[in-house]
Amino acid sequence: MTPRVTFAVAARVLAQLRRDHRTVAMLILLPALLVSLMWWMFTDSPMVFDRVGGPLLAVFPSIIMFVVTSVATLRERSSGTLSRLFTMPMGKLDFLLGYALAFALIAVVQALVVVSIALYLLDLDIQGAAWQLGVVAVLDGVLGTALGLFASAFAATEFQAVQMMPAVMIPQILLCGLLVPRDQLPTVLHALSDVLPLSYAVDAVIGVANGNGFTTGTGGDTLVVLGFILAALGLGAATLKRRTA
Amino acid sequence: MMKNAVSCRDVVVVRGDREVLHGVGFDLRAGSVTGLLGPSGCGKTTLIRAIVGLQARVTGDVSVLGLPAGAPKLRGRIGYVTQEPSVYGDLTVTENLRFFAAVLGVPSSDVERVVEAVDLTSHADARVDQLSGGQRSRASLAAALLGSPELLVLDEPTVGLDPVLRRDLWNLFHQLADAGATLLVSSHVMDEASRCDRLLLMRDGELLADDTPQDLLLSAGTSDIEQAFLTLIDRKAGAR
Repeated sequence: MTPRVTFAVAARVLAQLRRDHRTVAMLILLPALLVSLMWWMFTDSPMVFDRVGGPLLAVFPSIIMFVVTSVATLRERSSGTLSRLFTMPMGKLDFLLGYALAFALIAVVQALVVVSIALYLLDLDIQGAAWQLGVVAVLDGVLGTALGLFASAFAATEFQAVQMMPAVMIPQILLCGLLVPRDQLPTVLHALSDVLPLSYAVDAVIGVANGNGFTTGTGGDTLVVLGFILAALGLGAATLKRRTA
Repeated sequence: MMKNAVSCRDVVVVRGDREVLHGVGFDLRAGSVTGLLGPSGCGKTTLIRAIVGLQARVTGDVSVLGLPAGAPKLRGRIGYVTQEPSVYGDLTVTENLRFFAAVLGVPSSDVERVVEAVDLTSHADARVDQLSGGQRSRASLAAALLGSPELLVLDEPTVGLDPVLRRDLWNLFHQLADAGATLLVSSHVMDEASRCDRLLLMRDGELLADDTPQDLLLSAGTSDIEQAFLTLIDRKAGAR
């Protein structure tokens, strides 16, 4: 791994995003719009919004980041730029970390927007600190990015990559505690949800919302999310092949 | 100085359940321009990918600049141009080259030099996806020239270019070779053969000839490289 190369990849990805206004708008505004839609749906029962609003701050950013990044390495493969980069002194981890870094920056802006709108415009009621909710929302966006990059390294074509969203993300959304609290799931499903990254992303948000700070319980969930991010990037680098048929 | 920049012995490549290279062997002398000619589908790109270390399931011996092909120490010492222009369409020519220069760790002052070398100075700030096909492939070639690599492997770099530009690029290739670089240039256009120091003729995953253009024509008893190619195919069929 070479920091010079990692940062070069990140800067290039951001330069490309700067030209693609529609994608930037989707990444930054869509989570906020979707949360607002949920608020509107539950306008007559604000208690429900207070319960699901937090978890949504984890779920929407990670899904949207996943979709965008899952085609990223495939695009580079089909354009031949990945082949060129592999003949240069670029580690596979440089490539994935560069992407992760660029999208982490987007995730910061995304989290600022969605958390501000949820707390100050939609009056989402939380016990914990707003900045901690922001940190967790950023990590959840980065989690979606890392899982997307892993899926992207795994898929052989862009066609296969878009199929990863329903295959990888929807089961996690169903089991993460958004629809049914995880401790009320059947035993087998509860055990299954214990190994899924999004479960911890949602637990962390719920923890902050319930007033548990990083030092009082939520820190553990946050660290697990961080662990999943690093594992997904490491596995993605291991899966990405220099030599192909 | 090293005599051979590339040395291949009994190179076999399998793709899927099909063998696409059947024991290819040749040497590329350092400082020479070698043409890799043959019809589309004969295995040129596979051979090139084996040399730059991107092809899976290669057996036999491929040695590049004294190291096994694909060795980490070779990264950055080989300039590779894929058939499709491998540059980012949504960035300008200069942005593309600055990025690749940063990955290679060469100073960004090198960008200006390579843009000039491929005659794209007037389009340096144009987005690549707004350029013509020929300009795009020159942008891709420029990226391969960054850092003055010792070996340049170019997969059909002159396709679709006008004759004047093609002549200029071949002149550039010889200038680079005179400066010590080794070039392997693939083409399916036989009339580019006379511009090479040496020719490799390929067909169906086998090497038909490895010779200078002059000696190739002499041994086939013709003045036309396309005719020489046909004569070699007939001889090979007769020998079976």
